[in-house]
Amino acid sequence: MSLYARRRRRNILAKGLAFAGTAFGLGWLALILGVLFYEGVSGLSLAVFTEMTPPPGSAGGLLNAIVGSLIMTVLAVLIGTPIGILAGTYLAEYGRHDRLSTIVRFINDILLSAPSIVIGLFIYEVMVAPMGHFSGWAGAVALAVIVIPVVVRTTEDMLNLVPNALREAAASIGMPRSIAIRNISYRAARAGMITGVLLAVARISGETAPLLFTALNNQFWSANLHAPMPSLPVVIFQFALSPYKDWQNLAWTGALIITMSVLVLSITARALAAKSRSS
Amino acid sequence: MARQENKSVADVALQTGNLARTESTTRSKMLARMRLGDKSFHHITRAAAIIVLVIFGGVMFSLVFGSIPAIKTFGFDFLTTQSWNPVTEKFGALAPIYGTIVTSFIAMLIAVPVGLLIAMFITELCPMFLRRPIGIAIELLAGIPSIIYGIWGLFVLAPFLQATLQPFLIGAFGNIPILSSIFEGPPYGIGVLTASLILAIMVLPFITSISCDVFEAVPPVLKEAAYGVGCTTWEVVRYVVLPYTRVGVIGGVMLGLGRALGETMAVTFVIGNAHKISASLIAPGTTISATIANEFTEAVGKVYTSSLIALGLILFVITFIVLACARLMLARMDRRSGA
Repeated sequence: MSLYARRRRRNILAKGLAFAGTAFGLGWLALILGVLFYEGVSGLSLAVFTEMTPPPGSAGGLLNAIVGSLIMTVLAVLIGTPIGILAGTYLAEYGRHDRLSTIVRFINDILLSAPSIVIGLFIYEVMVAPMGHFSGWAGAVALAVIVIPVVVRTTEDMLNLVPNALREAAASIGMPRSIAIRNISYRAARAGMITGVLLAVARISGETAPLLFTALNNQFWSANLHAPMPSLPVVIFQFALSPYKDWQNLAWTGALIITMSVLVLSITARALAAKSRSS
Repeated sequence: MARQENKSVADVALQTGNLARTESTTRSKMLARMRLGDKSFHHITRAAAIIVLVIFGGVMFSLVFGSIPAIKTFGFDFLTTQSWNPVTEKFGALAPIYGTIVTSFIAMLIAVPVGLLIAMFITELCPMFLRRPIGIAIELLAGIPSIIYGIWGLFVLAPFLQATLQPFLIGAFGNIPILSSIFEGPPYGIGVLTASLILAIMVLPFITSISCDVFEAVPPVLKEAAYGVGCTTWEVVRYVVLPYTRVGVIGGVMLGLGRALGETMAVTFVIGNAHKISASLIAPGTTISATIANEFTEAVGKVYTSSLIALGLILFVITFIVLACARLMLARMDRRSGA
């Protein structure tokens, strides 16, 4: 009987710890989001989206930073997505079992979680140092390097879900492989592949470290890709660490904008993925 | 007639306008063109796959190339000295390496048990209707950019710790011989302990979501059998789920560790950027990534820049080893659950 009681006690203790751990973990995360909303919403106004980043000690907005972030994100996706999709296609279709694919898969997984600041150093070495100045292009390429592994991974996973019977059917009516891939595999996996791109956008929209010494920052309006370009995360970094109250408030608002866009992107991506799985 | 039929089959199958325009081209020409298209698409995709390798090689090469001046100047001492003086151009990586390892270690110490407990809650205890929302919430939280955690740590957690936990720790352990040196010094708020806590909160969603995935890979039959012979929930988790998923859990933990080691923004805000190794956990310190983020754009001189790149190389090598182990272990787990 005492053994039974001891087992019961231990079980109750473990269950209690599991409840407490969940409450503890989710509590912190809820707290962070709560503070973010509280601090960010109070600074949210039209001016944030229509005015430039201000000099210290005066009010202003985040327009140039938002536009800079958008430009670099779009460019990064335009550069990274085709490469990622094609590489993912090779891994899932042509070279599913060959040696090259095994190595690429492994390296891609490493790149997927490699420290992003190292990517920044890499682009600094190959683009910023030879050109002699920081530029929006360098920032976009740094982000593209982060996009590629995400897209490769999801493209491969989604193409692997396409039933082989479809490929065999295509082959049996004499369809060349490349046309079967483009017209059948891609069509079947389309929603999943779009999900991958959305996840990649969500991933890079908050990336700060690789932009610090590639795109740098710029206090003014700039659409010139050969000059330093402002971006939302870097502006947040700079403003949050400043001693000025106005700047700190703007940093909170910027943080809220980033978080909201990341959440919207990932929820859309999940909804798309769920839809494609059920169909 | 037969030829016409062939054409119409091809039409249906291809559904592409340009290839269907075969009235004037002969069948062999069309086949040749298809073969060419097929081959070039094959080569294009392979080239894209090789680009992934090239990027990796480029990262490695550029970091090694960039750190040559520092390696030449300091040699092996770079790894073992802790002076970091831009004026005299004497640099050593020991303090950032130490900070990186200590903050990641403390973060894992907190995040791993909590993450496993949450995974146990989600997979074994949670009512069905709550399971999906909690799972989704955790996955969404794993996607929140680290700069958000950083700004929260700077404005909320650091002042809070400065006012509550740190004075308490100093007071409570101040007179105990060894512990007093761990909690020594004034409560700044920012410092190694704060950075570790932020890191723990940040990697918690990663570890939880991977643990949930591997816990769910346990065949229900095993668990049902254990419950059937009268095991308690805890016993099922401890003696059935954990042994079965051990490799996967360790892989997931190492994946989280890889994130923690390389994490930049969440740490940079709250670590204090002090280039010295101090026994006290509440003193300011630095990590590899925080040092690079803080100093790279202001670095003047070849040796200074090169030393920072050498730091990046060290970080890349450490995370490569950790992530490679993690991936190999997760792959082993996958093979087992697939078999």
